[in-house]
Amino acid sequence: MTLDQLPKKQPARVTGFSAEQPDIVLRLREIGFAENDNVEVHHFGLFGRNPMTVNLNGALIALRRGEAALVEVEAL
Amino acid sequence: MNTDVKTRPLRLALVGAPNCGKTSLFNALTGGHAKVANYPGVTVEYRLSDFKTREGQNVTLMDLPGVYGDYGHSLDEKVTINAIRGEIEGEAPPDGLIIMMDASHINTHLHNVLQIKNYGLPVILVLNMMDMAARDGIEINVDGLQEALGITVIPAVAVRASGRGHLTSFLDGWINDIRAGKALAPTPQNESLKAMQTRARAITAEHVSRDRVADTFSEKIDAVVLHPLGGVIILLAVLFFMFQAVYTWSGPGIEAIEGLFGVIKSGVENIMPDMWLRSLLVDGIIEGLGAVIVFLPQILILFAFILLLEASGYMTRAAFLVDTLMAKAGLNGRAFIPLLSSFACAIPGVMAARTIEDERDRLTTILIAPLMTCSARWPVYFLVIGAFIPATKVGGFNLQGLVAFGLIMVGVIFALIVAAILKRTLLKGAKPTLMLELPSYKMPVFKDYLRGLWERAMIFMTRAGRIILPATIVIWFLTKYPSRAEGIESTFAGMIGRVLEPIFAPIGFTLEMTISLIPAMAAREVAVSALGTIYSLDESAAEAELGGVIAADWTLATGLAFLAWFIFAPQCLSTLAVMRKETNGWKWPLFAFAYLFALAYVAAGLTYQIARGFGL
Repeated sequence: MTLDQLPKKQPARVTGFSAEQPDIVLRLREIGFAENDNVEVHHFGLFGRNPMTVNLNGALIALRRGEAALVEVEAL
Repeated sequence: MNTDVKTRPLRLALVGAPNCGKTSLFNALTGGHAKVANYPGVTVEYRLSDFKTREGQNVTLMDLPGVYGDYGHSLDEKVTINAIRGEIEGEAPPDGLIIMMDASHINTHLHNVLQIKNYGLPVILVLNMMDMAARDGIEINVDGLQEALGITVIPAVAVRASGRGHLTSFLDGWINDIRAGKALAPTPQNESLKAMQTRARAITAEHVSRDRVADTFSEKIDAVVLHPLGGVIILLAVLFFMFQAVYTWSGPGIEAIEGLFGVIKSGVENIMPDMWLRSLLVDGIIEGLGAVIVFLPQILILFAFILLLEASGYMTRAAFLVDTLMAKAGLNGRAFIPLLSSFACAIPGVMAARTIEDERDRLTTILIAPLMTCSARWPVYFLVIGAFIPATKVGGFNLQGLVAFGLIMVGVIFALIVAAILKRTLLKGAKPTLMLELPSYKMPVFKDYLRGLWERAMIFMTRAGRIILPATIVIWFLTKYPSRAEGIESTFAGMIGRVLEPIFAPIGFTLEMTISLIPAMAAREVAVSALGTIYSLDESAAEAELGGVIAADWTLATGLAFLAWFIFAPQCLSTLAVMRKETNGWKWPLFAFAYLFALAYVAAGLTYQIARGFGL
């Protein structure tokens, strides 16, 4: 499953990243996403549930679904 | 210049993620008397200030734009990276780095410290906002962390003097070590970001614990403020209140400034004989400057709101909330902050677009920034609305205020349309992304807040002095010479107006209006004072008087056409100049000028013809 498919408030764990768009993956890593991190989707935007906010180890990060789709997760 | 590291002022740079409190620490250590430096080529700012440590050592501190690690994705991040590497022309590299990190987010960001260690400069880590981390149940073993990272770690609460004690007492020893070449500089490691993350996570797992996973303070607020629909309604209410406040709270300030300029003017008139120099001083300089400085109260109120929204942490939430709409225009939520600043003035807006990572998104934002109604256009709105729109109440709101709000909204809607078109044609590119950390809510520090407001006021006043002052002198000359025997028509301005008249006649503009558009290029608010001069009025004495004259002289159709023109009115020369600087060439400023002129012309023409069709 990828982060954009995760239901709201479902605790999950990052398992890896897409091999596509390495530039964006690099930025995701820099801002803090890493393997085994705990993530939870908290809020959605008004249209098309886009963008979304993700609680990442206690920090709140806003992303669009396109970026979230690059993060692989498993529900806990 | 003294280049000996043992005796010259030591250069230290503050590095850290956005919103980790760098600027608060910078202001606290240096007393805030910063000089804002321009990066050669593109103007991207960092701040420099000298201060003395406890033991009296001289330090030059650099406050750099926020970065997470060692990649510069946006223009402002690149400045930080270049400054650390000493690649900014005319700026020596720092001798040491002070990394700042929000202690609450150490789990998420610790790998950034490992990245920054790789610059190979002496480095220390300041964990800021330890009080808030403790409140959220986060416990940090500082000694353990220090040992694991191999660098000094200093807990701090940067906004409080007591919270900076550890840091200020540490600095002298560290500076001595750097001067003596004994300070520990980490050896750069050839390690992938993934490996650094793994290492950082292992360190935090051992030395940082979170004893409860309760809702934090910020989460409770966000449940309301980031609600998909409720949040948007709150944001609209905040913006509406802000615009109402700018209009209604500025009254006394404006009157005071007008009064002050009136006193100066009559003072000069009393002590000087009636000659050309007095006319230049009174009709040119005092009138012209007064006409512009009168907007200082509105600028201050607008920035008082913007700075409050920024310092409290709400601004990034607003960016998140509007992102969903911005996506439709092909932009991202980050564009919200530059666009909001553009309501005060397009110049800071154009510069703030640097934080946008994608170059095409940044260009699009710069090009639409002039469609946000800058405060310089408000006097024009005030004048024309006051002359033609009755001050009745509609549904509890002032009709004039509603019309003004409507004009602003037309600008916003067209900005989104233009952005959508640009992003599908000229500036087509990769799908825009959004990646934005929403910081915890904080109480703004009053002193930092006032300082920010002061800096804004100074930028505005400097602009008034450097651009508007010379412009008003030129206008004075053009509207006075070679002769005013036959009124405005026999002056240079009248002659220029004659040439342009055929262009503007079809959209209902009179000769006087056409003439006023020329000085409005220097600064749009000058259109009002120019109209005053042209109609040979003592304009600052009473704007209402000028309003009365135009109400009698113009038809309603003409008045509405003038308003429509100013929604789109091609931007002032200083905006064009800053666009040239930020885009490294004349291509985009000329493009912006052309498209805004075309929009303004068509909008004014349509308004005029339709209004006439209705017999107005």
